[in-house]
Amino acid sequence: MSGLIDKAEYSLLPNPSRREFLHQTLYAGCGMVCGILLPERGKAQDIFPADTRQYVIEARYYEKLDHKKIKCKLCPRECVIDDRERGYCGVRENREGVYYSLVYARPCAINADPIEKKPLFHFFPGSRAFSIATAGCNVNCKFCQNWEISQVRPEEVRSIYMPPQKIARSAKNYDCLSIAYTYSEPTIFFEYMEDTAIAGNALDLKNVVITAGYISKEPLIRLCRIVDAIKVDLKAFSEAYYKNYVNGELKPVLDSLVIMRNQNIWTEIVYLVVPGLNDSDSEFFGLIKWILENLGRDVPVHFTRFHPQYLLKNLPPTPIKTLERAKEIADAAGLNYVYIGNVPGHPAENTRCPACGKTVIKRTGFIVRENNILKDKCRFCSATIAGKWE
Amino acid sequence: MQRRKFIRLGSGMLLSKPVIGLSSVMSNPESRVVIARDDQKRSSPGGISADRIDKLLETGLQALFDISSSRSAWRKIIKPELTVGLKVNCLSGRGTTRPALVDALTESLQKAGIPAERIIIWDRFNSDLEDAGFRINYDRKGIRCYGNDYHGFTDDFHISGSAASLVCKTLTDVCDVVINLPVLKDHGIAGVTACMKNFFGAIHNPNKYHLTTGNPYIADVYNFPVIRSKTVIHICDAINAQYEGGPSYMPHWSWPYNSLILSLDPVALDYTGWQIIEDERRRRGLKTLKEAGREPLYILTAGDAAHRLGNADPSRIKIIKT
Repeated sequence: MSGLIDKAEYSLLPNPSRREFLHQTLYAGCGMVCGILLPERGKAQDIFPADTRQYVIEARYYEKLDHKKIKCKLCPRECVIDDRERGYCGVRENREGVYYSLVYARPCAINADPIEKKPLFHFFPGSRAFSIATAGCNVNCKFCQNWEISQVRPEEVRSIYMPPQKIARSAKNYDCLSIAYTYSEPTIFFEYMEDTAIAGNALDLKNVVITAGYISKEPLIRLCRIVDAIKVDLKAFSEAYYKNYVNGELKPVLDSLVIMRNQNIWTEIVYLVVPGLNDSDSEFFGLIKWILENLGRDVPVHFTRFHPQYLLKNLPPTPIKTLERAKEIADAAGLNYVYIGNVPGHPAENTRCPACGKTVIKRTGFIVRENNILKDKCRFCSATIAGKWE
Repeated sequence: MQRRKFIRLGSGMLLSKPVIGLSSVMSNPESRVVIARDDQKRSSPGGISADRIDKLLETGLQALFDISSSRSAWRKIIKPELTVGLKVNCLSGRGTTRPALVDALTESLQKAGIPAERIIIWDRFNSDLEDAGFRINYDRKGIRCYGNDYHGFTDDFHISGSAASLVCKTLTDVCDVVINLPVLKDHGIAGVTACMKNFFGAIHNPNKYHLTTGNPYIADVYNFPVIRSKTVIHICDAINAQYEGGPSYMPHWSWPYNSLILSLDPVALDYTGWQIIEDERRRRGLKTLKEAGREPLYILTAGDAAHRLGNADPSRIKIIKT
């Protein structure tokens, strides 16, 4: 397993041998026989190659325009897309004026991860999350650690056919408490995520979303009603950084965080600290002030260490002192749960009770060494620890 | 990248260097753009007969190189032992590089001594090619034809300016030289699509570059050394051109321009195509592309001092009409 937070894993993704392919196909067929209905495929059979039709489903958030154009309504980018073209994400295609997702039931990364790897530190610690991703992303971060799947189109990576019900059953089989939509950007496989979350709920599984938060209001509210927690990668606290290094916008992400707060969904924030680019004291102060004013002091914030990759190989890893300074500023401002990530063994991986100051959860990397939370209370002083515990 | 691999790639690029091409574009202060036009009445609304396309290609090549036969033209830019890729544009289904032009071109190449086995017709996906009327063929016994889905993409990024992409191995590993066969169209984001933008079909992430009217991304992608050094000539299919509603094929916004446009300079050809589309828009009372918010500034960027991919200055473009 990779030591980096939310680095994609492929350990459960088999080489699709003929036997496995037949098994998967039969499994899907059994699902139909047993009364689990796969969504209708629309007109896709007629206009997509035979070998990809099973992954194609009509998109749920878009608007039809004149002359077979469409406007995607899934994320704030709102791509206007001509016939036979794809959106920025690369996984949604306009065919004759109908907009399709090309990644339904098409995961390219699957693994049973510790929930701490997401990282969600206040959500059933020590549990496992059945983690899936498809190809594609609606931003293009120059530091993406999963670019091999996020910055490619679905045809360019090895995928298998795993419909929602199979994901849910596999999660159970692997003794996972939750299903995590992660690694790439789950917004872009929204239909698959939505149906899988429903299938997971039916089997008493939790659902967690690991996202950049660059999603439109309507689909986000829908998501908040069917999942249990969302972790948002807040890339920086400046529009310039979002423009130059993310190819996105900050404002819609902040709006998403407020919507999550209003929808009462458990939320944690990761801030990847990139040396020289988003690590100034003023940016930390601005970020923390905004969190306190809009989300409250109980939202966990993880300052994580950057490692050079993808298109930012020229920068060094984040100095640990920088991460510690960010934590110091956040602690001093009054945030209750501030962590340092991607530095295994650092004491700031632990959860401390904001009332008595004692360590209530002790972690090393993604491993929970000690848990002193009883229901949602500190075992030492009975103060409430914010989160989802039992 | 390992040193050994770097050296191998570098030496491969030198070996496969065309006889002329980019270097001649850069050293020549004036770029020639040939508009080979057929003003005969069409045999059908959308079509033009194969023999007339043959003739257009022949006269266009003769005019471009100022010589008496296309055979000599090919010898000037392609050594017969090289593998030639024909980069067609099939994205819009019916409004594509027409197979009749590709047939005429492959015939012409073979007559010049390039065997069928060393000619590859290629574009983005097999399905795009099939939709446009091409037949997929992986067999080395004839002219090959397949999409990027066959060989896939490079493992390493090609980077230029704001663009960073994996490039299809058909271009990097299989083809020694490329003949670019775009279509002249309006484009809803970039303003105009022709030569340079056609290479979005050679990279893994074109969807990431449909921003800010494609500027500077289109120029940056064409500036990848592997693309600009291997591409030896541009032959733009403007038999039917489209002045609005592109890149999807919109017959009601297309008009019979009845021409092939040829150049060694992609920037000069794109600039010329831009003016042709602007003229047609003006004739039909439409806004200029600038007024429509999609002026193709990437063409000017391609000609700037940072890129030097060709001439975007009309005083340095010599248009030859046949």
